[in-house]
Amino acid sequence: MSDNESENETLMALKAELGDQALEELGEEKVVSMYKDMVRIRRFEDQAGRAYQQKKVKGFCHLYTGQEACAVGAINALRDDDNVIAAYREHGHALARGLDPDRVMAELFGKAAGVTNGKGGSMHLFNVDKNFYGGWAIVGGHLPVAAGMAFATEYRDLDEVTMCFFGEGSIHQGVFHEAANMAEVYDLPVVFVIEDNRYAMGTELSRVSAVTDLKKKAKAYDMKAFGADGQDMFDVWSTSKDAVDYARNESRPALIHLDTYRYKGHSMTDPATYRDKDEVADEQRRDPIQRMSNWLVDQEIMADDDLSEIDEAAKEMASDAVDFADQADFPDLDSLTDDVYVDWPWEIR
Amino acid sequence: MSREITYRQALNEALFEEMHRDEDVFLMGEEVAEYDGAYKVSKGLLDEFGSDRVIDTPIAEAGFSGIGIGAAMMETRPVIEMMTFNFAILALDQILNNAAKLRSMSGGQLSCPIVIRGPGGAGGALGATHSQSLEAQYAHVPGLKVMMPSTPADAKGMLKTAIRDPDPVIFIESEVMYNFTGEAPDADEEYTIPVGSADIKREGSDCTVVTWSRVYHDAVDACETLEEEYDIDVDLVDLRSIRPFDKETIAESVKKTNRVVVVEEGWPHASVGSSISSWISRELFDFLDAPVGRVHQRDVPMPYAFNLEAESLPQAEDVVEAVKEATYYSF
Repeated sequence: MSDNESENETLMALKAELGDQALEELGEEKVVSMYKDMVRIRRFEDQAGRAYQQKKVKGFCHLYTGQEACAVGAINALRDDDNVIAAYREHGHALARGLDPDRVMAELFGKAAGVTNGKGGSMHLFNVDKNFYGGWAIVGGHLPVAAGMAFATEYRDLDEVTMCFFGEGSIHQGVFHEAANMAEVYDLPVVFVIEDNRYAMGTELSRVSAVTDLKKKAKAYDMKAFGADGQDMFDVWSTSKDAVDYARNESRPALIHLDTYRYKGHSMTDPATYRDKDEVADEQRRDPIQRMSNWLVDQEIMADDDLSEIDEAAKEMASDAVDFADQADFPDLDSLTDDVYVDWPWEIR
Repeated sequence: MSREITYRQALNEALFEEMHRDEDVFLMGEEVAEYDGAYKVSKGLLDEFGSDRVIDTPIAEAGFSGIGIGAAMMETRPVIEMMTFNFAILALDQILNNAAKLRSMSGGQLSCPIVIRGPGGAGGALGATHSQSLEAQYAHVPGLKVMMPSTPADAKGMLKTAIRDPDPVIFIESEVMYNFTGEAPDADEEYTIPVGSADIKREGSDCTVVTWSRVYHDAVDACETLEEEYDIDVDLVDLRSIRPFDKETIAESVKKTNRVVVVEEGWPHASVGSSISSWISRELFDFLDAPVGRVHQRDVPMPYAFNLEAESLPQAEDVVEAVKEATYYSF
């Protein structure tokens, strides 16, 4: 973590009253563990990016760096039996949901020990035991699937909520509107979480969107909309909790807009020349991890040494994950034809 | 076989029976509930099972297919009705990218036991966009199964199988066939027809005809003409299942007749017929006494004018000519 004091001076403070609420409702230990999760995600992504440059990870790899408070804040508003579905920038959501970092990294490396046996890759992380349902990579394509998950829990009279993460770029896809409309018509307890990191690949929202206040999109479907500073873990958590409680108790859909920012390019192959470095530096004034670090110190929950220890532990976790993935085997060639169907009558050639 | 029912009634009975058998089965689609189905296939289901299980949707094929896929992923058994498969084009991303790939890309953790069903193929004077045979779109994709019954008895037994199948099944009916009648087992007789099983609907030793769905009925007419006028006995294979298809039944028939004509309703290029023909040519080459014959729609968008529509579609006479050619009758 940076200890540059002038930087800290310009850093925006978190919403203090929400921090108090979190301490009261979650307890100090849980708050610290959420902070640790954010640090772990950041360090994990550092290693994922490095491994990509070393060609150990290939294909498309979308780093979550900068958006950590969104996944950690929102997912911690859920119960363990609630269901999570995300798009293709989902390493952070997977880790926040408790997936084993070794197996997530192994998946990025295409190894058999990966969470989807090396078949899915970076964009298709699944772990049903954790009620984590992917990992979907066609922009917006998983939004009606999320509505369907909520349809199924309603069909079974369960009181589970489905939380669906997606980027602001998805909002223009027809399926967002189809899913939002039907979620409202069928009273489905699904929480749509827009992680608005301002750029859909390289296209800034206002260039392609008639409406830039995306909460307005909910109005067209008479859906309740919530908004939060996506770089404030407490704001995300508190807002998500309100939305999840509403979805569960009223059995209705909700929309959450999170104002966030990604520090890296769209994917590892994107140098992000469509924005200048000052913009990124400016955005880092509200860095979700740094703001939490400051808060923890201000509250005298942590000393600087404790923060360093947490960071070191996160770095170790991430490098251990790389070691695990390095040493793991690629899938057996025989596994090529596994899991295409449950039942199939002939040898697949 | 002791009664006659329509193809429509057969499907309706299958839905009734499966929804009674398994509470996880529900039906969703445009006009399926209060309207009783655009083609009345779901008639009476709303009254019987209620609006929690028979669900009208807005006109949003991608959206409600996706809801079905998500619900199937959570271990319910959705039956999604497409008003026609021409409209399912709007849901292709959901079907090809989500339903077909869920099992593989989740490393086998999840499956997608969904049925997407409705009429496909040529209608009557419906023009270019409402009258197409699009089964090749689905048959091309690993992860999907494709079934296309041609008779009422098959329609019932196959739909029941499709609903029970653990994988996503594309089940293509035909609006032209909904009123066709045929013999079927008694209403209280439980039966299913396995995925991937063809049926030899007429035995002969001179030439094999492989076909499916609506044009099966043209092939039946052709077989009668061939027998009566040319003394040619056709072994008529109703493929029923397009993916997987019944390689054994085709092989057995071709080994017996040494000649084969593949008859399909749709376009010729990159089609199911071309794929089956290719498989026969490669795997059964030593048993063939003539090139694999093909009958198909002309390679043009469907015209509206009644005479041009008929000219575009394969007819019984085309099957007769192709079989005569395969049996070198004219030489």
